[in-house]
Amino acid sequence: MASFLMKRFLQAIFVLIAVTLIVAFAIRLTGDPALMLTQEAGSVTEADLMMIREALGINKPFFAQYFDFIKGIFSFDFGRSFMGGTSVSYLISKSLPATLMLAASVMFISIIISIPLGIKAAVSKGKWADQVIRIVSLVGLSFPNFWLALMLVLVFSIWLQWLPPSGMDGFISFLMPAFTMAIILTATNVRLVRSSMLETLQAQYIMVARAKGLSENTVLYKHALRNCAIPLITYFGLQFGGLLGGIVIIERVFNWPGLGTLAFDAVSGRDYPVLQAVITILSMLIVSVNLLVDIAYGLIDPRIRTE
Amino acid sequence: MTDTSFSPILTVENLSVEFGHTRVIDGLNFSVMAGRTLAIVGESGSGKSVTSQSIMRLAESTGASYPSGRILFSTENGEIDLLSQSQEEMRSIRGKDIAMIFQEPMTSLNPVFTVGDQISESLSLHKKLSKTEALKESVKLLKMVRLPDAEDMLKRYPHQLSGGMRQRVMIAMALACRPKVLIADEPTTALDVTIQAQILTILNDLQKELNMAVIFITHDMGVVAEIADDVVVMWKGKKVEQGPVKELFANPQHPYTKALLAAVPKLGSMTGERFPKRFPITVMDGDGIRLVGEEKTQETARYDKQPLLSVRNLVTRFDSKKRFFGRVTHRVHAVEEVSFDIFHGETLALVGESGSGKSTIGRTIQQLQQATSGDISFEGNPFSAMSKAEKQRLRQEIQYIFQDPLASLDPRKTIGFSIAEPIKTHNLIRGEQKIQQRVHELLERVGLTKEHAERYPHQFSGGQRQRICIARALASNPKLIIADEALSALDVSIQAQIINLFMELQEEHGIAYLFISHDMAVVEKMSHRVAVLYLGQVAELGSRQQVLETPTHPYTQRLLSAVPVADPTIVRSSGRLSGEIPSPVRQVGNEPTIVPHREIAPGHFVAGTL
Repeated sequence: MASFLMKRFLQAIFVLIAVTLIVAFAIRLTGDPALMLTQEAGSVTEADLMMIREALGINKPFFAQYFDFIKGIFSFDFGRSFMGGTSVSYLISKSLPATLMLAASVMFISIIISIPLGIKAAVSKGKWADQVIRIVSLVGLSFPNFWLALMLVLVFSIWLQWLPPSGMDGFISFLMPAFTMAIILTATNVRLVRSSMLETLQAQYIMVARAKGLSENTVLYKHALRNCAIPLITYFGLQFGGLLGGIVIIERVFNWPGLGTLAFDAVSGRDYPVLQAVITILSMLIVSVNLLVDIAYGLIDPRIRTE
Repeated sequence: MTDTSFSPILTVENLSVEFGHTRVIDGLNFSVMAGRTLAIVGESGSGKSVTSQSIMRLAESTGASYPSGRILFSTENGEIDLLSQSQEEMRSIRGKDIAMIFQEPMTSLNPVFTVGDQISESLSLHKKLSKTEALKESVKLLKMVRLPDAEDMLKRYPHQLSGGMRQRVMIAMALACRPKVLIADEPTTALDVTIQAQILTILNDLQKELNMAVIFITHDMGVVAEIADDVVVMWKGKKVEQGPVKELFANPQHPYTKALLAAVPKLGSMTGERFPKRFPITVMDGDGIRLVGEEKTQETARYDKQPLLSVRNLVTRFDSKKRFFGRVTHRVHAVEEVSFDIFHGETLALVGESGSGKSTIGRTIQQLQQATSGDISFEGNPFSAMSKAEKQRLRQEIQYIFQDPLASLDPRKTIGFSIAEPIKTHNLIRGEQKIQQRVHELLERVGLTKEHAERYPHQFSGGQRQRICIARALASNPKLIIADEALSALDVSIQAQIINLFMELQEEHGIAYLFISHDMAVVEKMSHRVAVLYLGQVAELGSRQQVLETPTHPYTQRLLSAVPVADPTIVRSSGRLSGEIPSPVRQVGNEPTIVPHREIAPGHFVAGTL
């Protein structure tokens, strides 16, 4: 297990190096920030541009800039934003928690709903409960999330006026953005839980557990669930990555002060210190979540632990 | 069969079970008394497992219903009908008063919980013991099933145990609450014979100790003869015969019982015969029986010619454990310095238990596995000197038949396609029509009809599927067929038919077989020579008569004495066998000792020096 984790850890570091390199390179393909910054100023001399480039640190060769950037990661210093000169670390530290809390609530809601529903569908395979759950989840799956977000706002904020349409202000403000994303994830997850549960329920040890006289809930939630947890956790881990991508749109719709909004503004303003930092942070998050998933494998399944 | 001195603890009365509208059990009656063993025997599909799951009321979770019958169970408060109990009420009976052990020890323990957790679970549930008390009691139970290091065993996970150990854990788990009735559903079928003998002894001793009633479900008449007091024979969901074991074996009444008993291969039945022999088989014909086939000595082996296949000093090893940077620390020594010949028209049996390397030898010959060293020659040409094209040609001349016929046929292709595939691959016949004709011939040769060619594997029974696999193997006119446990998954009556088919084909085409098996009785019927493998090395090699009638290596003797004999009048001494089958996994650098052979009679080789 230790060597397995060590391998995964080294892999994670390689992934991060690759991601940061690609990001740094790709962003620089989009044009010279000095030119963009001075676009509205009218007449600029080449000397002015040089000065700006020097100030931004983009006159150095690419690899020198990249190393500055990597060094920055270790001291949590990503330079200054091109827009207004605020420290990028400050911007990140303000918006990262908002995104994390939102993403965590989405995952939480989705898992809490999909596991019992998926199990219910699996045990009552082919019966009405299963049909209803499957049809409802198919409907959930068919909504585009931005449309769902707008519909929720229309119903709960404009007609019923129960929930705030935007911003992050206390528990109640989480409900709409979190559910918007959770509904779609839940729809997939229910189907996933159902199918892996169906497979696990075929196993002989489930019959053995029933033959012991255990209650149906113990059989399902203790004996079966832990055995189908590996594919579920793998998928949830991957899903978390996708979720962080999808959050950009939802944060826009609900005006959520998170990384998504930050990234969106950075893209429109060619503010690449910010963009580079956001992408790096997101990929670090995704890589660490998947590392956690690998650790979880070992906790769940002793066969992996002893390998 | 009426014994008035005891009243039965469990009585099944007129039980019928249906799945949807299919009736799988029809009007079944039997009863079992405390301290007695009732064996329910029958072939696949006879309804014996459904019966056991119905007593536990577990069959409902797979969709069963009970249109008629009662299952009476006597408790301290009088008799109750299990079929009229709610699932809630059943939960307090299951695992406590009636417990069950299952066929597959590899899958019947939950892989993610420790042995201790799984045993103590029943104790906490039914006896309301605290965690520590339950674990203490679990240690006692593990000692009861004679597992060494019981305390240490509590913390282990199923994957760290061998099949025999898992089955003992399973028994400990089932006996945790000292049940009055134990249902054992094929508990030893998946185990090696020496381990099977151990498990049967343990079950037998514990039954006496706890005065349990045991319902033992099996298809193995040898096991029945060994452990049962009474026998119920089931056929197509009905009981066809019932009686005390000795009477039933000595004087079977129903035609099906007669056919079943006739089909059971009995070790020792060929004593004195020089060559294998075909015997007519008793088959069911409507409600009666008839004999099929003729008696014929299998004098097909051509010892006068050069060997068809020669294996010399074959070594096959796999890396099993690796360190962080890929350095190998452990290796599986599957095959170590094995040498033998197979002649044209000969059947050479490779016998041995799990981990003996018998399948690896087969796979290495079929080039499914790379040899570490040593050489194999086919008709005098060593593999090492062969070109790619020659090796490809070998794939036509050597065919492989696997244990599980369903898994070795493509479920999405018609069987006609599967049989035609080797013909097309090796370009043996050209023209679609001629190929079709050949496929039809092959199907008819193995006892199917040409109409079958258009069907898919799932539309056949297990025996028919194995016939299809044989037809596919024959399609490329092989000189050697490697049959790897090809009969093990089949019912005895089907097995007997396939054995005869193998022998007929050998006579017609002069095919040689490398017959890999753990079943000594089948080996005795089929083979000309026998090689006994132990931990990757040949322990004994000789003619069938030499090895089976004068076994010389202690392991051969042990193996033979562990085989259950389908004769209840033979009483075997118990407790002769103990210990596990050792593992062929070794640390790098720790090489196994190669034991030299000596020839004690012409052609009879035994490992070890005197």
